[in-house]
Amino acid sequence: MSVRLSMTVNGKPVSADVEPRTLLVDFLRDQLRLTGTHIGCDTAQCGACTIHIDGRAVKSCNMLAVQAEGATVTTIEGIAASEDSMHPMQTAFREHHGLQCGYCTPGMVMGALDLVQRHPDPDENQIREGLEGNLCRCTGYHNIVKAVRAGATAMKNG
Amino acid sequence: MYEFNYQKASSVADAAEKLGAGDDARLLAGGQTLIAAMKLRLANPTDLIDLSGIAELRGIKADKDGITIGAMTTHAEVATSKDIQQHIPALADLAESIGDPMVRNMGTIGGSIANNDPAADYPAGLVGLGATVKTNQRQIPADEFFVGMFMTALEPGEIIESIRFPKPKRAAYSKFSNPASRYAIVGAFVADTGDGVRVAVTGAGASVFRVPEMEKALSAKFAPDAIANVGVASDELNADMHASAEYRAHLVGVMARRAVEKAVAG
Repeated sequence: MSVRLSMTVNGKPVSADVEPRTLLVDFLRDQLRLTGTHIGCDTAQCGACTIHIDGRAVKSCNMLAVQAEGATVTTIEGIAASEDSMHPMQTAFREHHGLQCGYCTPGMVMGALDLVQRHPDPDENQIREGLEGNLCRCTGYHNIVKAVRAGATAMKNG
Repeated sequence: MYEFNYQKASSVADAAEKLGAGDDARLLAGGQTLIAAMKLRLANPTDLIDLSGIAELRGIKADKDGITIGAMTTHAEVATSKDIQQHIPALADLAESIGDPMVRNMGTIGGSIANNDPAADYPAGLVGLGATVKTNQRQIPADEFFVGMFMTALEPGEIIESIRFPKPKRAAYSKFSNPASRYAIVGAFVADTGDGVRVAVTGAGASVFRVPEMEKALSAKFAPDAIANVGVASDELNADMHASAEYRAHLVGVMARRAVEKAVAG
C-alpha cells in the first residue's frame, strides 16, 4: 500500500507515492536524489542525516517520510542563496577547516544553523552542547566549534 | 522495517476508533523510540495511528495553580516555554536535558511517558511533582501511572491527552547522564510541594520510584545535609555495563542531594 505525499523541499513543492515505511532520509536521497543528506549510524545517534522541518532540526533517519506531509523541508542543498554560492556557515566550515572526511559535515551545518536560531551569538559551551547530537569520528570538535562561532558572527553581520 | 498501514487521526476519538480496529495497532507520537524500534524489528505493528494532526493534543496552558501540557508537546517546546520556565523551571530544565536538540524537536511528553523507559527523565518529573495524567477515559495520578519496566497503567485503547502539573514551592532535577545517549543512569527529581516533599528517582530501578525516607527527612528540614545519611538498598536496582547496582544506589544519594541544593538555590 502506498500513500500520496506532498511537501515543500528547498522551496519547491514535491509530491510522490511512497510506502508508509519509507524513511524521510531515504525519500530525500533515493527519490529526490538529494544525496547531500547523509546516512551515518542509521540509529538516530550520529546526526549526519540532520535536516530542518518547518525550521527545526530533526534526524531524518529516525522519522517516516509521511511524518513530513505538508511540511517545509530544508536540506543542505537548500541553504545557500544560489547554486554557485555558499551559505555563510558553509564558508566558515571551509575557512576554519571544520572537517576532515566531510561525512558528518552536512549534519553539522544543519545542526549549527538550528543552534544559531536559538543562540545568535553562541559561546563555546553553547556550541558544544548544541551539537551534542552530531558526531564527528575523524578528529575532535575543535575546528568545528571555531567554524560555528565564525559562521554565527558572519550571519549576524549578514 | 516491516510493512504497516499508516493512518493519520483527525481527533482523539478518531484515533481511539482506529486503534481499536487494527490487529496490532500502535500510536505514533514523535516516534523517537518507536521508529528506531521498528527499524530494528523490535516492534512490528500492523497499523500506525499518527497523532500529529490533532491540534487539541498540543500546547502548554498555565494558570495560578499549575501547568497543563498536551501529550503531543515536544521536549523542545517544554524546555523553551516561558510559562514553564517561570512557574516550574525544574521541568524546563529536565526537558532541556533529554537526548539532543534534534530528538527534543521531535520527541513528545506523551510518547515518553507512554513508553516508560526505565532511564527516561519525564517519569521522575511527573512522580516528583505529583502530576496527573489525563486520558480519553480518566485521570491517573503519576504514582499509579508508571507500573513497571516499559509498563504503564494505560489500558488497550486508552490515549493520553494531557499532563497536569501542580506548581511546587520549589523543585529541581539532577541527573547523572549516560554521556552518549543522555539517558539517566540515575536521575532524582525533588519537589517541595507545599504538601510535603516528594523525591522521585529514575534510571536506577525497573521503573521510577519514590524514596519515603528521604521525603520524611526533607519534610523536616529541606537541606542537602538532611539526607546525607539516608541511603537506598541496591538489591533491586539496575546493573549494566555503565553502572553496577551498588554504584547506582550511591548515585541516588548524590543526585538527590544535588537536586535539593539546586532547589534551595532556586
